Parts: sequence; C-alpha cells; structure tokens
Amino acid sequence: MRPYTAILSARFRMLLQYRAAALAGIGTQLFFGLVRMMIFEAFYRSPSAGQQPMDAQQVTTYIWLGQAFLLLAMLHLDGDVATMIRTGAVAYEMVRPVDLYNLWLARAISNRTAPLMMRAAPILLISAAFGVLSPPASAESAALFAVSVALGIVLAAAFATLMTISLLWTISGEGIARLGPAIIFFFSGMVIPLPLLPAWAQPVLEALPFRGLIDVPFRIYMGHLSAHETLRSLAQQVAWVIALVALGRVLVARGTRRLVVQGG
Amino acid sequence: MQYRAAFLFQSLGHFLITGLEFVGLAAVFQRFDRVGDWTLPEMSLFYGIISVAFALAEAIPRGFDVFHRLVRTGDFDRMLLRPRSPALQVLGHEFQLMRIGRLVQAVVVLILATLWLDLSWTPARLAMLVFAIAGGVCLFSGLFILQATVCFWTIESIELVNCTTYGGVEAAQFPVTIYRPWFRKLFTFVIPLATVNYFPTLAILGRDDPLGTSRLFQCLSPLLGVVFLGVCLALWRIGVRRYASTGS
Repeated sequence: MRPYTAILSARFRMLLQYRAAALAGIGTQLFFGLVRMMIFEAFYRSPSAGQQPMDAQQVTTYIWLGQAFLLLAMLHLDGDVATMIRTGAVAYEMVRPVDLYNLWLARAISNRTAPLMMRAAPILLISAAFGVLSPPASAESAALFAVSVALGIVLAAAFATLMTISLLWTISGEGIARLGPAIIFFFSGMVIPLPLLPAWAQPVLEALPFRGLIDVPFRIYMGHLSAHETLRSLAQQVAWVIALVALGRVLVARGTRRLVVQGG
Repeated sequence: MQYRAAFLFQSLGHFLITGLEFVGLAAVFQRFDRVGDWTLPEMSLFYGIISVAFALAEAIPRGFDVFHRLVRTGDFDRMLLRPRSPALQVLGHEFQLMRIGRLVQAVVVLILATLWLDLSWTPARLAMLVFAIAGGVCLFSGLFILQATVCFWTIESIELVNCTTYGGVEAAQFPVTIYRPWFRKLFTFVIPLATVNYFPTLAILGRDDPLGTSRLFQCLSPLLGVVFLGVCLALWRIGVRRYASTGS
C-alpha cells in the first residue's frame, strides 16, 4: 500500500502548483455557468415551469455544482502514460514490482483530486456568495454528497484508466479516446440536468454508469432523491467502480501480454 | 490525408459532441415549449446560423488558436523573417479539415429548422443568410486573432479569451433577448455577436424585434462583424510590430 500512497501524495503536491492556470480556468467557468444559468432561467419562464421534476432554483444549483465539479465529467488520458505506451517505455514499468493497473488507477485518482478541489472551492464560494447556489438540503445530505463525490472521483479515474488501457491496442489513441469523453460528458448530466431529459429516457439514464459522476452526487446534495433512492444510487456507484476495475485489470493483463508477444 | 481513420474518428467525435448538445436542448423543449418567447424551430434557426459561422471560423484561422505554441518554439520568429504577411502564414499553419464534424452538425440543424419552420428560402432570405454567416465568420476569426494577439503580452494563450469564442458561440445559439440586459449589451456592443445572429435572423423570420430595432438595421448589422475583424487585425499588427522591435 505504501508505494501507492507515496505516489498519490507526490502528485497531489505537484498539481497544487498549477495555480495560474487554475485561476484563468475559474474565470472561464464562471462565464459558462452564467450563460447556462440564464438559458435555463429563460426556459423556466414558460407556463409549464411548475410541473417539472426540478424547480428553477434546483436547476440553478445543479448548474453551479456542475461548474464547480466539472473535472469529474471531463475524461482525459494520462499524457505521461500515453507517451510511455507509445514509445514502448511501458516495458520498464512492467519490470517493476508494482501492479500496473493499481499504479495507473492511483495516478488517475491523484490527477483528479487536487485540480478538482482547487477548482471547486472558489466556484462554490462565489456562486454561494451571489445567492445562486443553494446550501445542501441537510447535514446528512452534505455528508452523503461528500461520499458520493469521492466515489465519483474513483469512477472517473476508472473510466480514464480504461481509456488509457485502450492505448495498448490502438497506440494512436483514436476511437474511444475521441468519442468516449463526449458521451460521458453528456450522460453524466453536464449538458442538460438528467431529470430534465424526457421521461422515457430516464430508465436508460439510470442504468448507465455515467450519472454517478455528476447527477447522483448533485441530487443527493439537493435532497432530490429519497432515502431509498440515495442508497441505491450510492450502491450503483460502488458496483460500477468494482466492475470497471475488474475489467481494467483483465484488459491490462491481456494488453501487456500482447505487447510482450509482439516483442515490444 | 494519410491518417484517414484518425480523420474520420475525429470528425465523428466533433459531430457527436455538437450533435448531443443540440439533441439535449431539443429534448428540453419537450418539457418546456418555449425558451423566453422562442419556440424550438425558431431557436434552431438561431442555433444553426451561428454554428455554421463558428464551424467555418474554427476550420480556417485555426492557426491563430495555436499561436502561443508558435511563439514559444520560436517558429513565429522564422515566419517574421519570410517575405510574406505574418497573418497569412499563421493562417496557413493549421487548416483543420476535421472541424467538418461540427460543420455537418450545424448544417443538419439548419435543415431541421427550415423543415420545422416551413421556411421557404427566397433569394432575399438566402442573401441574408449568407451575409449573416459571413459576418459571423469574420467576427469569430477576429476573436481568434485577438486571442493570438494577447499572446504577445503573456505568451500563454489566455483561457479567458476562450469565453468569448466558445462561450460566445454557446451564448449566441440562443436569441439574445433571453439574457439579462447587461449581458445583452456586452454581446451587442462590445463583442457584437447579436449583430451576426440575432438581428439578421429576425429579418429572415420576418419577426418584429422586441428590442425595437428597424428592419434596415437588422439587414445591415452583419457588417459590424466585419468591422470587428478589422479592429482585431489592426490590434494584431500593432502587436507584431512591437514584438519584432523588442528583439526577442
């Protein structure tokens, strides 16, 4: 366990240094949040606003939470690992006494945690100060929200690691790396809050793992899910993490064996 | 075109990203039948026009977008030494054909809007459409050039300018009346997105402007997009002159 925690803390410290880039990014996100908020405000001016699964204030909160925790839904490849695979240097990694999948997953988790916290804090503070972000529904909601976000980070890391693993097959990073992020981004709830999508689509959205990144934590925050639904959603997050990790381990074993066989 | 598979995937990716965005918006109209005072067919027209303009602008002057890389690696210095306009060289540096994914999506949305509105494209309307798109291409190109000009002072491409390009297109996809007054003014007078989308589209639809502008103004407003491009180019030229003179 020690090597993994060491890696986690070292990368955390390194990423905290990217402050300037973070500041610019925050400004951009405040702008996008503002635009989206006004768009949905305009939707809620129509007569059918009262009969929706979410009210206007909840949608606004959802949007600002989305800007704060945007990085949960933005899946990107680990650039260093991608280069390693491309150049064949991954062979050196295989020789080390560290489990390759665990290493990549640890990297993916730490790649997300520090930037996420740095991005979320100011956006949460600013949107709360302007009164557009509602507080959590209860202390319980806040606690469960934290748990759900933590699970969301691991879930996102698992997706990212899978995408990285796909490079063992395609090398140039096309296909999944191009199409994956777009699909994940939309079905997590970042483009349109999932409850606002048509009723017939809801069962499909619930079955997919992506809502665990954005929709589930946010709705827990707002108290939008019943106790039973909350439990089920959290369990679903856990289940998907386990499934994706299992898949990832299998694929890494196969992928690296493939490299060895090809004499890479 | 060696990397045909890569090209296909990237184009498909762009088509998917933008396509999902529109599908999502259209889906919301199932629950709320209008946004502000506008219906889905009307919104689609606004959306289609500005998206076509943006897609074209993305493909052509993309070189300016990656300009910060050129400066950092010293490639731009080499360009200054050549006996051709630096603007033209940066332009030719990266012609991104793969942006065609977004262009296809934008055209599809325009076609949908035409069908839903039962719109007949008279020569007058078509002229207005081309004019609006041309104005939009000029405006977005101006913004990309502005982004590159900022690099002369900071080297790293400032992400805030992304607000104006990507944020701008997202905002302009909706008729500007749905926004709060200060925002509307920003996107009419400072970065004149409303002039290349909202006003000309009113002319095409034949609707009266809740903001009270005349039909004449609406037809001529894309010119402001061209003017904006001129301003950005002028700023660029100032930046190039100062950069070259500091001897870096």
